[in-house]
Parts: sequence; C-alpha cells; structure tokens
Amino acid sequence: MKFTLGWLKEHLDTQASLDEIVLALTRIGLEVEGVENPGEKLAAFTVAKVLTAERHPQADKLQVLSVDAGQGPMQVVCGAPNARAGMLGVFGAPGAYVPGSGITLKVAEIRGVQSNGMMCSVRELELGDEHDGIIELPEDAPVGTSYPAYAGLDDPVIDVAVTPNRQDCMGVRGIARDLAAAGLGTLRPLAEVYRMPADPVPQVGSGPNVATHDPEGCPAFFGQEVRGVANGTAPPWMKRSLTAIGQKPISALVDITNFVMLDLGRPLHVYDKAKLKGGLVARKAKAGEQVLALNGKTYTLDEGMTVIADDAQVHDIGGIMGGEDSGVSEATTDVVIECAYFDPGHIARTGQALNLTSDARQRFERGVDPAFLDEGLAIATWLVVEHCGGTASGVTRSGEPPVAMPKIAYDPARAAALGGLDVPADRQRAILESLGFSVSADWTVTPPSWRRDIDGPADLVEEVIRIEGIDKVPSTPLPRAEGVAVPTATPAQKLERKVRRAAAARGLSEAVTWSFISEAEAAAFGGGAWTLANPISEDMKVMRPSLLPGLLSAARRNIARGSQSVRLFEVGRRYLADDERATLSFVLAGDKVPRGWAGGKAKAFDAFDAKAEALALLAEAGAPVENLQVMGEAGATWHPGQSGTLRLGPKTVLATFGAVHPATLKAFDLDGETVVAGELYLDAIPAKRASGFMRAHYTPPALQAVRRDFAFLVPADLTADALVRAAKGADKAAIVEARLFDLFERDGEKSMAVEIVLQPGDKSFTEAELKAIADKVVAAASKLDATLRG
Amino acid sequence: MTTDLDQLKTDLLAAIDAAAGLDALEAVRVHALGKSGAVTGLLKTLGGMSPEERQVEGPRIHALREAVTVAIADRKAGLEAAALDARLADEQLDMTLPVDVAPRGSVHPVSQVMDELAEIFADMGFAVATGPEIEDDWHNFTALNIPETHPARAMHDTFYLADEHERPMVLRTHTSPVQIRTMMSQKPPIRIIAPGRTYRSDSDATHTPMFHQVEGLVIDKGITLAHLKWTLETFLKAYFERDDVVLRLRPSYFPFTEPSAEVDVGYSMVKGKRVIGGSEGWMEVLGSGMVHPKVIAACGLDPAEWQGFAFGCGIDRLAMLKYGMDDLRAFFDGDLRWLRHYGFSALDVPTLSGGVGA
Repeated sequence: MKFTLGWLKEHLDTQASLDEIVLALTRIGLEVEGVENPGEKLAAFTVAKVLTAERHPQADKLQVLSVDAGQGPMQVVCGAPNARAGMLGVFGAPGAYVPGSGITLKVAEIRGVQSNGMMCSVRELELGDEHDGIIELPEDAPVGTSYPAYAGLDDPVIDVAVTPNRQDCMGVRGIARDLAAAGLGTLRPLAEVYRMPADPVPQVGSGPNVATHDPEGCPAFFGQEVRGVANGTAPPWMKRSLTAIGQKPISALVDITNFVMLDLGRPLHVYDKAKLKGGLVARKAKAGEQVLALNGKTYTLDEGMTVIADDAQVHDIGGIMGGEDSGVSEATTDVVIECAYFDPGHIARTGQALNLTSDARQRFERGVDPAFLDEGLAIATWLVVEHCGGTASGVTRSGEPPVAMPKIAYDPARAAALGGLDVPADRQRAILESLGFSVSADWTVTPPSWRRDIDGPADLVEEVIRIEGIDKVPSTPLPRAEGVAVPTATPAQKLERKVRRAAAARGLSEAVTWSFISEAEAAAFGGGAWTLANPISEDMKVMRPSLLPGLLSAARRNIARGSQSVRLFEVGRRYLADDERATLSFVLAGDKVPRGWAGGKAKAFDAFDAKAEALALLAEAGAPVENLQVMGEAGATWHPGQSGTLRLGPKTVLATFGAVHPATLKAFDLDGETVVAGELYLDAIPAKRASGFMRAHYTPPALQAVRRDFAFLVPADLTADALVRAAKGADKAAIVEARLFDLFERDGEKSMAVEIVLQPGDKSFTEAELKAIADKVVAAASKLDATLRG
Repeated sequence: MTTDLDQLKTDLLAAIDAAAGLDALEAVRVHALGKSGAVTGLLKTLGGMSPEERQVEGPRIHALREAVTVAIADRKAGLEAAALDARLADEQLDMTLPVDVAPRGSVHPVSQVMDELAEIFADMGFAVATGPEIEDDWHNFTALNIPETHPARAMHDTFYLADEHERPMVLRTHTSPVQIRTMMSQKPPIRIIAPGRTYRSDSDATHTPMFHQVEGLVIDKGITLAHLKWTLETFLKAYFERDDVVLRLRPSYFPFTEPSAEVDVGYSMVKGKRVIGGSEGWMEVLGSGMVHPKVIAACGLDPAEWQGFAFGCGIDRLAMLKYGMDDLRAFFDGDLRWLRHYGFSALDVPTLSGGVGA
C-alpha cells in the first residue's frame, strides 16, 4: 500500500517528521517497506521565465534564450521548438544532474555561443515520455522557486506492507487513524478532508434501478445516478496523488473511483448508463456465462460467482473487476455509481478460481467497512458532481450490509496476563477508543465496523500492546526446572544423529536432496506412492520412494564437474503409502583409492565396499551385526549378482547394498560409471533395550586363545557365509570366532580356508580336546560337501 | 718380561684397532683370549710361578687381559654401530612423498544447525518433536485457524497431493502442524521445538520449493508475550554466541497467533558483510506470537486454562546468517566441493560446554 506524506497529512493533522512517522508505522504493525522522494533528484531545478528568444547565429534549429531563474538574465542555448519569449519553464543551472539524460550540466559553448544551463523537457526530468519540447508552466508559476516543491513532487512516497487482517489500512485514512491512535497527531473530519459543503449534494428524482438477488455473495448493493456529466480529466491534486504512487490517471470518473478506493479503502464502480439495458442486478452467474473484463481478458464464470448484470449481459465480476462493455469514456454523460458490499469468502473463491487479482478484490477479500456504504457513495457522488458536473439522483439501497459487530467481554488484566505488559485500565480504554472501539463501563468492548478481524479478548490485547509499544514488553525468563537440563532426544533422534556422524566420520559427505523427484526417476525405484497435483516442474513431481535417486543425480553432477571419487550420504525420509520412514542412504562412485606411487593404479569401488559401509553404519546404529544374515532379493534396482540384503531373521530387512544395476545407472545418465550404494532402514533397527548404564560383568580370559586353520575343497555354489557359520557352530562353547581368510578357484576346484579361534576357560585345551574340536569342524563342513584338503 | 708384556699389549691393541670388521675382530680375540691365545697362555704361566713372582706378574698379566677384553668390546660396539649406520643410510626414503589420506566426510549445515538448536533448547527444557511432511489440510490449515479462502491455501502457494484422499493432502507449508499434533497427543505443560522439511510452491533466487523450518511451542499456565521475548533473545544469543544480539519485535499477523509479532535481529556491517549483533540495520528472522485461543481449542484444550507462545524460523536462513553461505539453492545440490567447504566435521558435535557453533 503506497501513499505520499502529503496525502497522509490530508487526514492526519501532525507535526511529526517523516522519520517519526516511518518509525511509528513499523512500530504499530504497518511495516514500512520503502520510502522514496521523487523530488530529491530534481532539487536543483527551478521555475524560470524566458525573457527573450533570438535565433542562434550559427544554427537554424537553435535559439539563444535569456532566462530568468530568479537571479537575473542568463544566456541559454535551446533547441526546443516551443521555446519563446514570455513562457515559463523548468531550468537547470550548471552543476545540476539531469536524470533523464544522465548528464551533469556545465557552462558550454554551443556553436560559438555560451550556454549557462538548460531548459528541460518532461523526459529529461523523468516525469514522463514527452520530449517534443520543453515543459511549459502556467503563467502564475513563481519564478525562482524550486520546481519539485512547486510541482508537488517533493512529497515522499511511503510503501507499507498491510497484513491480511487489516482491511481498514487498505486506505490512507485507516493508516492515519492508526497513527493518530499511536499519538502521532489527530484525525481530521472526513468532510474537511474532502472539502465537502455543509449542505449535501441535491438529489433530483429517484435512484437508479439496482438490486441484489444474491444476498450471500452481495448482501448490499447501493447505487446513485449522476446525469449530464463531462468526463474530462481529474483535478491536478488527484492526478498528482495517483501518479505519485504509480497509478496512471485515466479520466475524471475512473480516477475518482480509484482515488476513493485508495484513500478510504472503499472500492466503487461507475457504469455508463447509455450502455446498459435495463436495471443492474447482483446475481449468481450462470455456468459458462462470459464477461470481457477491463483488463481486456474474457472470463468464463461459474455458478458460485457473483456478477452485476443488466437485462442483456454481465457487466462486472462483482467486487473484482468491471466489464469493458459498460465502462465510461469521454462521451459518457450519465453514470450509475455502484457502492456494494461483497462477501469476502465469495470474493476470495472467485478470485482464486479465475486467477484474477485487482485492487478491489484485495479490499473486498479482506472485508470493507460495511457501515461505510452511504458515506462512501456520498463522497463519490460529491466528487463526480464537483469535477464532472451533472445532477445526482436519489440513492437506491438494496439489501443490508452486515453491520453487526461482536460484543467482547474484556478484562483489562489480560494485557498483562497474555501480553506480558501491564497497561493501566484507563490507558487501555483510551487506546481502544482512539481506534474507534466503544468500551462500556463494565468493559464490554465493541469493535468499529471497519475492524472485522477483531473477535476476542486476545485481539484486544494485541491492539493495546501494539499501540502502547511492543518494545515495552519486558523479557521474562521461562520458569526453569531445578538442576541441569534433562536429556530430551528420543531414541529415533539419537539414532539419526549417531549414524549421520558415523557416516561423516567414515569419509562420506552428507547431502540434502529434494524430497520430490521425476516420475521416471521414481519408476527406476519401483514408483512413488505420492504424486503432486501441482508440481513446480516435472522434475519435482513424485515424493521419493528412496533416497538413492537424489543421491545418484548428485553423484552424476559431481562426476560431470570432474570429481574422481564420490562418497555421498543422506539421512531423510522415504515417502511410502503408509508412512514416512527414516532412512540413511549412501552412494559410492568412481575411485575408492586414487592411483598412487605406492599402490599403483586407481582402485574402483566394488559391491563389498557398499557392504562394508552398511555393516559399519549398522554397527554404529546398535544393530546386532553378528546375527545378521546376508540374503539376496535386493530388488530390480541392483545388480542381481552383486547385491544383497542384511536381515535380522528372514523378514526384517535392515539394509540393502550392492552394485547398482546398469539399467538403473542408465536411467540416471551414469552409464559406464562404477556406482555402488546402500540404504539403511533406520526404523527397522531394533531399539536398544533400556537397561540403565550398567554393563554385563566381564573379565578378560586369563589363558591365551588358540587358532587353527582349515582348508576345504568346496562345491562351486557354496557361499562363504554358510561354511563359516558351519565352522563356528561346530562347537559353540569353544569356538568364539570363525573367519574366511583365503579363497581360490583353480581347474574347476574351489577352495576356502577358514581360521577358527578357540578360547580356553579355566585350563588349557589338551591335544585330545583340540583334535575333537577339529573333527567337529570337519564334520560340520562335510555336511556342506566341503572336504578337508589333503 | 716386562718388555714382552708391554710389546704384546701394544701389538694386540693395535690389531684390535685395525680390525676392519667383526670377523677380523673375532680373529684377534681368538688370537689373544682363545684357548691357545697369547694372553690365555700367559695366564696359564701363573700356575708355575713362585708366589713372589706371581705377586709381581699376576696383576700385570690380568691387567693385560682386562685391557684387551675392554678394547675388543669397545671396538665391537663401534663396528656394530657403524654397520647399523651404514644399513640405515641405505634405507633412506623420501619422506616428502605423499601418504594415503583417509577420505574426509562432512555433516550438512542444515543437520548441524538442527543439532545446535536441539542442544540450546534442551537446556531450556524443550524436547524435539516431529510430524509428517505429507499432511492433511486440517492439521496444516484448518486447525491453525487458516480459513478455507486464505490465499496461503491456493495452489500457487501450496503443493497438493494428487488422487482422492479422506481429506485433501498437502506437503506441509510450515512446521506448525507439529504444534497441533503435539497438543493433541500430550498433556500440557508443553515445551517443544520441531525442526524439519517444509514446502511451498516457490522458486527464485532466495526461495526453494523445499526448505527447513523450526517451530517452537510452549503451552502452560501464565505464559505471556514476555516469556516469548526472553526465549527468543536467549535462543538467538546462544545460537550466535554473542551478547550484543538485539531483537526488535514488530506487531504482525498470523492466523494462528494473537497477538502476533515478527522478530527482527540487529546486524552490523563488517567488511561489507552483515554480521549479527548491534543495531545498524534489521533483518527479519522469525514469526511468533501467543497461540490463538481457537488453535488451542481446536486441539481439545481449554484456552481459558492453557495459553502459550509459538514461533517459526527458517533453518537454512539461520545457517546462512551464522556461517555466511549466500545461495540457498546450493544447500540442495549435493556439490561435494560445497559440502566440504560449508559442512562440518563428524566430531563437531554441538555442546553447551564447548559452544554450539563450529
């Protein structure tokens, strides 16, 4: 919401400076987003009179002027065709910066004649596009005075952000009222502001034929006719105000409606009566009905929308935008002025459905003052009669605006109890009354009709606090529990923190990638359960079923930037049909070890690196990694022979890992790259049992452990895990560890070597005992068709 | 005899001294001290001497043996040291050669700042709460007193999920629905923060369609705007680890709080960059207010009994203000160079004793 300081002062009688006003606005909740003074850059230009104009001796198109800018005659060379003796214009002396042409004036010789400044055009002063000649001022313009001061340009423009609850501040008067309440001056009576005569505008004849047939969408439709108008240009003060805030003056009638809307927050519409067929009715639109709006676009309406129509067609999308067909023009002589109340909810729904915003919608959507229809219409009619002439009709009033306001039982103690600021009751009463609230002796408070946003005591506390000064609210510590702070993190939060830092400690960098991916990327991971109805782009359409698509894309970008080795992880959610699940995913791509003087060639990541990461992170997460089973069925995303799942029991999958399937890589433009990855399902990891801090009793064994090696010839399809488990399980009391330490295949024979560790208890193993255990190991292996190598 | 012994000693010491290696030295030792060595032979003559003679010759022969034994040991040590030196000289490596460096991982700034927030607020008695990111419109809007026609509900602001659902489903536009879920699932007093991902249909230089917010909520008896002010001041001072953090509250409007305030934090210009602290200028960092009675009632609590405050703040922005990143989009790109530069060591765990910042 923009307005000028001068405009504000029409309503607010104040001695306050611009700075004081700006600070006060922000302090009371009308945040100032900018202040600009268009006159500042023109401060060096003055009103001047051309005393004489002679032809330049050396140039046909130039004249030599003698100009008085208040300090006696000065010689100026000028090329404007309209420059002539006796005219008044705008003069820039040497040293002045001309904003429109970007130059600083200096004394110059032009074709041998000295020129001491410049008479300026509209464009040169950035006041418009006109550049056919120099500015011509009226004869009574005071020579020698500052031009921006004379032209009313020296008026700072203030831009405030009005929050959606403050419909009253969508007009300059509402802002003035708030400032007055905040002690910045007094509010002038409206009649004084509009210089209205004591006697109302005479009304001749009955009011126009207007009515509302849609009491929900348009509860009230007031109208007045003015006959015999001349739609010329608006008065200079009005055009200046509109221009200053970036509104282009159009015609007197249009400018008057715009001005009243901006000044009083009261949107109006003016119809050219000659273009109407019969009376005007506010009614629900018929489905498919169309209207050509003033913005030149045709809108197709539906039954929920309220329109203003005559007997033939729709002329107005009620409260949002007028129609082209009944708009006023220079030829207009008779007008109908509409002053209606549209329901905010209807306006919002219609505006959203049509995707159409307007100044009127902004105001009706927040809710205009329902008690201001008569006065608003009277002001509009007065302005029309004053500036366009004509005779006013009577006023037609159809429907009832919803003027009833709630009565709020208020306890002044709430200011301290909720707002934290102790404001004396008398002061609270004064604040509320200055804002237009009525406060009864027993503290029943009725908000003014222009404050639809107020409906409870908390709202009144806000009014009191913001006017008294929110900066006065003290800082009071929250009550603090005794002792040091109690831990608050949940097991799930601690788990996430732990695996995140474990992954970072293992050399992986944490990324945060988008929660939404493209349909194709989701399809490569089995498809997503959730699709956006209104994605911002096709790349961000489906909620990710896995964190890997985002990481694979990030890996591709890093490789494209020349990264030789990519180690990325992310901790976040997968969005499944039934739930959002906490997940840690990682991607390893490129070189595991770079080429080096000691190690030779670079070494690429392989599926075992993914397994190692998965196991290490699961161990940090507290998963019982010793008991995990490595199984297949990782899924179609993965290399079928180089991937697996880590399970606790046959069903609970804690992690998937492996080499990514070449087809998946192709889908992510990673063809030819070695990429391995893993995904940990954090919510599947069993929570640590809460058993206090005490650990199980333990004393390191006194006797040294014994190691024994076994080399087996095994069937080609025997897995290492099966053999190791068999060896380990051969004597559960004595064997504490079993590990595969050698593997080779030659001439169709596969050989695996296993080391077992035996831990003696109270006394050392005897040779006989060791032999017996070894026999058990061999027997267990033989069940798998593994035979001891000779 | 005297002369012979002296000569023998001189000869033997010279031979020891001249021994070029351990083998030569051993030969000298055998020659002198071996079974049939010269000194051994002399020692054997002691038995055949008269006591008087022995008294004279004994000490001299023993002295000779001692001198030769010591000289051999010294020479041996010297030769061994020289041999070791020679070997080590052979084993010299170029110690400027590069070594294998373990890959360096990093924690994302958003995670780090979330951990910082958890640490600071834990000290003030706040737990960390979470909620779904795919929300129904009741939790995201209606319960928060956001009317059906509020512009925030429009498709150009809010992501809606396709297909039919029991209620329209949205990607939560703020972390505020966690307020609702918390108030509905636990009894006051409540003190929580709720950090997490949030979404709005917005994409330009300073907005991304996904971003991170942290919500704060206190519900208790007798909680006022003054407690809110203290909490935010205390939080921001702890977060930026500066005592000169100045806050400015501005009355504002949010449907779910009443009264509402936007919070600006003061900054100073240092070398052309905005640094939090002082009050040369103001930057908006937070939205806050007293929880609206309608919101409390919507959660099944009696607003006459319970009241409190809520606030919301952008985590990405908090990270940028503290650590100096200037491009929000880079947060979500996964560029390893950026992650290494702006990320944190795994061991930079925020603690109150060590300072939450790193």
